[in-house]
Amino acid sequence: MSVLDNSIEQLVQQVSAGEVTASQCVDESISQLKAQNPTLNAFVSDCEEAARAEAAAMDAKIAAGENVGPLAGVPIAIKDGICTKGQRTTAGSKMLENFVPPYDATIVQRLRAAGAICIGKANLDEFAMGSSTENSFFGVTKNPWSADCVAGGSSGGSAAAVAAGISPASIGSDTGGSIRQPASFCGITGVKPTYGRVSRYGLIAFASSLDQIGPMARSAKDCAILMNVLSGHDAKDSTSARNDVPDFVADCDQNLKGLRIGICKQYFENEPDGSGLNENVRSGVMAAIEQLKELGAETVEIDLPHTRYAVPTYYVVAPCEASSNLSRFDGVRYTSREQAKDLIGMYSKTRKVNFGDEVIRRILLGTYSLSSGYDHELYKKASQVRRLIKNDYDAAFEKVDLIAGPTVPTTAFKIGEHAKDPLAMYLADVFTASANLAGVPGISLPCGFSADDGLPIGLQLQANMFGESTLFRAAHQYQTQTDWHLKRPQSS
Amino acid sequence: MTTIDREGLKFSDAKLIIGLEVHVQLKTESKLFCGCSTQFGSNPNTQTCPVCTGMPGTLPVLNEKALALSIKTGLALNCEIARYTKWDRKNYFYPDLPKGYQISQFDKPVCGEGFVEVKIPKSDEPARKIRLERAHLEEDAGKSVHDESGKGGVSKIDLNRTGTPLLEIVTKPDIRSAEEAKAFLTELKLILGYVDVSDCNMQEGSLRCDANVNLHFTDGEEAVATPIVEIKNLNSFRAAERAITHEARRQFKEFRETGETIDDAPKQTRGWDDSAQKTTPQREKELSADYRYFPDPDLIAVVISEQEIEDAKSSLGDLPAALRETLQSEYGLNDYDSDVIVSAGREMVDYFRAVADGSGKPGKPNGKMASNWVGQEVMRYLNENAATIEAYPVAADAMAELLARVTAGEVDQTRGKEVLAEMLASGCDVQEAFDKLGIVKVDSSDLDALCQQLIEENPAVIEEIKGGKVKAVGSLIGKARKINPNVNPGVLRESILKIIGL
Repeated sequence: MSVLDNSIEQLVQQVSAGEVTASQCVDESISQLKAQNPTLNAFVSDCEEAARAEAAAMDAKIAAGENVGPLAGVPIAIKDGICTKGQRTTAGSKMLENFVPPYDATIVQRLRAAGAICIGKANLDEFAMGSSTENSFFGVTKNPWSADCVAGGSSGGSAAAVAAGISPASIGSDTGGSIRQPASFCGITGVKPTYGRVSRYGLIAFASSLDQIGPMARSAKDCAILMNVLSGHDAKDSTSARNDVPDFVADCDQNLKGLRIGICKQYFENEPDGSGLNENVRSGVMAAIEQLKELGAETVEIDLPHTRYAVPTYYVVAPCEASSNLSRFDGVRYTSREQAKDLIGMYSKTRKVNFGDEVIRRILLGTYSLSSGYDHELYKKASQVRRLIKNDYDAAFEKVDLIAGPTVPTTAFKIGEHAKDPLAMYLADVFTASANLAGVPGISLPCGFSADDGLPIGLQLQANMFGESTLFRAAHQYQTQTDWHLKRPQSS
Repeated sequence: MTTIDREGLKFSDAKLIIGLEVHVQLKTESKLFCGCSTQFGSNPNTQTCPVCTGMPGTLPVLNEKALALSIKTGLALNCEIARYTKWDRKNYFYPDLPKGYQISQFDKPVCGEGFVEVKIPKSDEPARKIRLERAHLEEDAGKSVHDESGKGGVSKIDLNRTGTPLLEIVTKPDIRSAEEAKAFLTELKLILGYVDVSDCNMQEGSLRCDANVNLHFTDGEEAVATPIVEIKNLNSFRAAERAITHEARRQFKEFRETGETIDDAPKQTRGWDDSAQKTTPQREKELSADYRYFPDPDLIAVVISEQEIEDAKSSLGDLPAALRETLQSEYGLNDYDSDVIVSAGREMVDYFRAVADGSGKPGKPNGKMASNWVGQEVMRYLNENAATIEAYPVAADAMAELLARVTAGEVDQTRGKEVLAEMLASGCDVQEAFDKLGIVKVDSSDLDALCQQLIEENPAVIEEIKGGKVKAVGSLIGKARKINPNVNPGVLRESILKIIGL
């Protein structure tokens, strides 16, 4: 048994007590990475050298009796859209193939200060645009449960790394479901925090008003440990919240007596647009809700009438912001500059050569949506619908503490399945995108396996703004009674 | 097509319509959205960080000082201050724009409508209100440095200026002449200096101006306007005045030739070629003016409290217009003299007032005399030494003492100026200068004796005076001062006339 099979809590205890060295953890993690990455392609790059040096330094500290942080010796995978000082950060794009940031993202600083050790940069859809990690310039990440299937996206590499046991924890970012959906596909636990809870400084922006960094790990409690480190105001991020940060780990231990769980009827309806809920997923999620009831929660039917508009709204807002955020990649700076007759030609050619199809598609979508004055155009309309979606949540959270439902309508799909039909792929975001539009937090946790394909099913819980404690409480209590989160894919 | 008879049109029939856009660099230590220095003239790319160079992953954070200075400026320009303001992105591609967009303000500028009262110097026209449309905060772009050897070498980018806070002040098309445009800019610069929000140094680009110009013709019912031309980057007041004058003539000529009106042509951009003294067409940055503005999602909106506005108000101090009024009503100065003092800056006004108050009587400042001395003696010295009033060696209280003693007749104006020269030369105080120059008050018996002597020695002059040429007494004053330099000419004159019975 690997030291990495322990929970993060146990691992940190062992490292702090000197029973296990940080170097052992890193060795184990790096050797797993090297063994499995050729198959999984979960990592764009590894940080072997730096990781070993950091581990040795930490072991020296422990030997000297110094205090080490709450993540002492925990090997961690960081999504390659998050800047790491001196370590190549590509955002999954040819455009940033050789970009080495001169600074650490705030969350990377916090993780390092807490004793976590970055073992590699995890693969992702280019600039986090996608739901399958098929859009990475560095190739698709495979699902550890089935090599034919996607790991999900855009944090597919981060999800696969944890599911395959390469690292006990990873960091993803979630713009429309990019943590929760791959967590669901890979059978792990992933959290999209409240917008503003975690600093975005250093996250290569996809859609600034939707992006949020969050933890991915095997269990809710492991995620809570990470969230304690990640959360809190950052003066470098104007949108970072000043709210107090509760002790999420402590909050895991509260029982579920009196907890009101909202069941949104729209989540279980079959939509004519094909976003229908797979029957196996439905039954898995229903069983999980029953389990929560047994733990003392009660269910309340709620209405989120604008749910069906979440995907179209998301696919206006996100590309608009992306089209602007990505204009800095113009060939004047960073990796590559194409030769052309004039300046506009250089921009066009550089962007054409260095961006993938999905990124170009979304930039065009966003540029179109923003053009000719935004006053009465798509962006403003989408912002208004966004407000309605938020209002739905506000009304629902008057009545309930949590909203439960599926994370994704299906299990992981086959690699290449949606290659010809990007719109079908977009519909995979139907249950996740609205949380980003509203800014509320959500967690995805494994709640079973599909009878058809044997792949993991994800339960999504959503809470009110800054209500992560409630998410952790329910998810952890559920995980004390179930062992779905402890299952491992055969291959690893 | 217009029915206006273009052939018969004279330039004087044209009504010149001008609107200005003035970019003012705010006096902050650091940039608008990061902590980098805004100091001018450093080596290229030494004042940059991941934020202002738009590195992937970085985020802007508002410099509160820049916002406070904008509020202060807005209040000084009689603007409505927004209680809610936000940030928008103006998207366009340019090599010196590292993010591919500029953070600016689109529909909620920090300062709304306001005005500046402008009087054209040496004209009889009364002051006019030039209305302001808005003033918004934005970040500056960088600078492209092109190889001008003609060999077509490399172009380099200096991002030191990127992110420098600019307040863009936009007037309504209220300005009617090039002189008025210059007067507006002069007054604007003066106000900005008074409230200490900008260095307004045009050479260093901390004040830059674009002018929108066209001509209107009316013929009974019909009104026709020429296409609007925006003249970019006017980097001196004189350039602004000349460029507008030239552009007006050019548009008149073009209209006579082509009859092209505002309905036929979009706004054009032209530059001012100072060596050729003409405006020339400029290539646009982008073909389309669609900047795809949208709210910057990286920056939270700003709510400005009443307290912040009150604080800014109380930090304003008296503004130039109010001070001119005060110098006229309380110190008895005329239009011209008050403008000379006020235009020299707040410190000069303070100096002047201290001199006038200190050399006068309570409630009755010595305004006229102080204005003469400050306006001539002091300013001449400052001009000759390229100094500001803060560096003037004679403090206001010393100057006031000197003027009080001149007023009291202890010394005449001419000798008084010698005293001042001595004070400037040696840094001594008034009494020491008096002592050095041997100035003592001439008592009345000495004065009488001196008069007697002069009368006896100059019978011809006395005859002349008695014959009605009172002016001739002047020649005696000159002689008297050779005998005793401390003699007060006025007193001597009176005495002589009295003795000879006139």
